Amino acid sequence: MPTIKFTYALKRFFPELKAIPAAGKTFPEIFTELDQQYPGISSYILDEQGSLRKHVNIFIDGKMIADRKALSDAFTSGSEIYIMQALSGG
Amino acid sequence: MKSTLLLGTRKGLIAYRFNNGEWSAENTSFEGIPVSIAYADERTGTWWACQDHGHWGVKLHRSADRGKTWEEITAPAYPKGAELKDGAPATTRYIWAMAHGGKQYPQRLWIGTDPGGLFISEDGGNSFELVESLWNHPTRKEGWFGGGRDQPGIHSIVVDPRDENHVHIAISCAGVFETFDAGKTWAIRNKGMKAEFLPNPDAETGYDPHILVAAPSSHDILWQQNHCGIYRSPDAGKNWTEISENGGPAYFGFAIAVAEDNADQAWVAPASSDVTRTAIKGSLCICRTDDGGKTWQEQRNGLPQQNCFDIVYRHCLASSGDAVAFGTTTGNLFFSPDRGENWQTLNNYLPMVYSVQFAD
Repeated sequence: MPTIKFTYALKRFFPELKAIPAAGKTFPEIFTELDQQYPGISSYILDEQGSLRKHVNIFIDGKMIADRKALSDAFTSGSEIYIMQALSGG
Repeated sequence: MKSTLLLGTRKGLIAYRFNNGEWSAENTSFEGIPVSIAYADERTGTWWACQDHGHWGVKLHRSADRGKTWEEITAPAYPKGAELKDGAPATTRYIWAMAHGGKQYPQRLWIGTDPGGLFISEDGGNSFELVESLWNHPTRKEGWFGGGRDQPGIHSIVVDPRDENHVHIAISCAGVFETFDAGKTWAIRNKGMKAEFLPNPDAETGYDPHILVAAPSSHDILWQQNHCGIYRSPDAGKNWTEISENGGPAYFGFAIAVAEDNADQAWVAPASSDVTRTAIKGSLCICRTDDGGKTWQEQRNGLPQQNCFDIVYRHCLASSGDAVAFGTTTGNLFFSPDRGENWQTLNNYLPMVYSVQFAD
């Protein structure tokens, strides 16, 4: 099972957020699982068309995903998937 | 005068309350998060915070207890397959206007967005639907474009209290649109407006009304601060007449407010030009007309008159009774108890101000 980890910045909106294992084999499946555990969290990471928000990144085993639009990048059952925000703003 | 000032700012929602002759801060919510519009629904007292997270997208929250607690509501979202242009998916990029639907429709709310979609809720804001008739308007894909923002945006929603299915909206850049059937059909109301920046100044759309408001005391009289001057319409937008000041400061700007009790009295917040977008010659003034825009007087008493760069964004000038208030791009908040004759500073150290509303 891949492990999903999150930037600490999301804890402001989801205080109970912690790294969790996920059963999904694709990103859409994983986001469905995440929404069950943390209702609404996918809308913070993806826009309504299912694409990764502009200032959010996802890394699979330390490598940034290539397909930000459809999130088709592959991962394995042992992967670590890290969701983080760009360090921008002011 | 209503006794609350509700501010949307670059770093959160801030509320001021008038008590014993003084304004003081009552509430700060969502510290650090840009609030594009802070809106109080006068029918219910519900506060709404339209948020523009840099990272996490547009969010919508409401409070039934003056900001003590908040509830997140699903923000307006474009349906699957909605496109800006062919092949470019549409998503909610910014909430730029919010208005209640009137007393006859107590559950109705309107929201205007960048990239040009109007949304309606008929369940008190629990859910919003895209108004497809406007989104599918034949002028949108080719005749609307960004102005102030990268994509077209709806920043003004004016509901007629005499017939609450009668609504005007304004879009930068497209112009003014009117519906009599709560958004099922639309008419373009750009007659008489200028668009000096267009190759064809007589185009059907592409105009840039920075803000559109109705006179509360006479709803057919509409006013707008436009990119190309100030305009007034005596007939609900069918015809627009430019009322800019000839040679004076009342020409370019973003905001306008009309007196509650006088359809001929209004305030604008002039800026130097669309090139520099700063206070004119480093000094801040509000201009008021008492005769429907025939003449304008400068109101400077109490406002900074040197080394000033403030301008006033389109939702940041408001009036209530004899009171007028405005917030600026450099975080100043000013208040006048006497229709702009004298100004008091409420705060010099706010974040950039995005919206100002008087509320109960």
